[in-house]
Amino acid sequence: MSTSARYWREIPQRYRLEAGKCSGCGAIWFPPRLVCKECGKREFEVVNLPDRGKVQTFTVIRVPPSEFCDQAPYALGVIELENGVLLQCQIADCSPDELSVGMPVRIEFRKIKEEGEAGIICYGYKAVPVRE
Amino acid sequence: MRDVAVIGIGMIKWGELWEKSLRTIFVEAALNAIDDAGVDHIDSMYVGCMSSGLFVGQEHLGALLADYLGIAPVSAVRVESACASGGAAFRQGFIEVASGMSDIVLVGGVEKMTDVSGGGATFALSTAADQEYEVYNGVTFPGLYAMMARAHMERYGTTRKQLAQVAVKNHENGSKNPHAQFQMKITVDQVINSVMIADPLTILDCSPITDGAAAAILCPLEVARKISKKPVVKVKSSSAATDSIAIHQRKDITHLQAAEDAAAKAYKLAGVEPSDVDLAEVHDCFTIAEICAIEALGFVEKGKGGSATEAGETAIGGRIPINPSGGLKAKGHPVGATGVAQICEVVTQLRGDAGERQVENARIGLTQNMGGTCASCVVHILEVA
Repeated sequence: MSTSARYWREIPQRYRLEAGKCSGCGAIWFPPRLVCKECGKREFEVVNLPDRGKVQTFTVIRVPPSEFCDQAPYALGVIELENGVLLQCQIADCSPDELSVGMPVRIEFRKIKEEGEAGIICYGYKAVPVRE
Repeated sequence: MRDVAVIGIGMIKWGELWEKSLRTIFVEAALNAIDDAGVDHIDSMYVGCMSSGLFVGQEHLGALLADYLGIAPVSAVRVESACASGGAAFRQGFIEVASGMSDIVLVGGVEKMTDVSGGGATFALSTAADQEYEVYNGVTFPGLYAMMARAHMERYGTTRKQLAQVAVKNHENGSKNPHAQFQMKITVDQVINSVMIADPLTILDCSPITDGAAAAILCPLEVARKISKKPVVKVKSSSAATDSIAIHQRKDITHLQAAEDAAAKAYKLAGVEPSDVDLAEVHDCFTIAEICAIEALGFVEKGKGGSATEAGETAIGGRIPINPSGGLKAKGHPVGATGVAQICEVVTQLRGDAGERQVENARIGLTQNMGGTCASCVVHILEVA
């Protein structure tokens, strides 16, 4: 089990979707980087990612890592947010048959997993279908 | 730079080797390579291994294995690049001989994966993906490749059956390889109807957990011409490339950019085109991986990997035989050993020693070994000298 520092140092990204916007070319990186992959600049401003997007690809995990045993089967996808930034997360609150490429989703703050009796309860983001 | 040749190769039977330890399987493969080469000393050694620390609690493999092989005090280090560790180690050996630093270099690859539970192996393998932004959310390696497969199917119309045909072809080839973990043939229906791991991939779309080792011996080409009693195989080119470790940070999730980049350099250095290659050993850790790899290597048009496989173009006797050894799927995938075993198969084929699985008139062979979801890729081109 890792120390709690490893968990809390990622909180700005996992709880608030904080990304880095390059002051040179405007590219947005999530998680933030120290060097822009597009233009090589090293200055960034903190921006929050939009919470709407669509599913670019997905799978259903049937054989999970041990920390996720109590959750399987669960869906996971690559989500393209409205500003073009991509992230990877679980797709919650829907059955496997409902999943499709292009499906609109909203990013929500959710519990991800528990480390066990003496560990941390880990939070982060999941996508949920937008039903309109 | 000096021209470099492979003068010795060593394989052992791969599988669930309960009675043998990591050091034993490594030394067995290395001794086979030394005997095959007929050399009386080794100047330096590289060991490809992804995660002996997590699989058997043992780091510091260079010294351990040099000691047990009886070659200490020579320089010996481990090279790690996830599932591309073997290919990366071979590349280091190539560079050391080409540079003139050493004459006889042994490159071995090893992974002992069955000393941990299935969950322990899944965890160790998952460390090749982004721990904070992929694995944190519950993804597994089958899950990552499943997402690549879904995107490929959506964009190019690749079918479930075409994916299955990669596994069927590789088991057919593996049935002719005495070193392969699985030597039984399988059918498309068996693949499609086997246990689902991560939709759309079933267990027969996935390479297995394997204990295994492989070794090769490199020397200057001019030395090989003097001392080798077998057909001399020259390493025409060696190259490597990297890409984003997380699949969602790539511009095209269906494309193995690092494979294309490494291959482009390797073709240029060797002065050959994809159409000059007679056979290739590619990194089919999952069926979709072989389809993406043959596209990135330029053997088929982008998006046509599935239909080319279905048409038999990649079978032994086809236009471009892929994975005559059985590939990772049937031969097994002891991760750190895989890249070195690919070299062993290509050398076997170029020597004309592959028996029932021999590709006719094989003169030029290529290996493509990748780490994670192709965040690392190593390509080598070999030719009968």
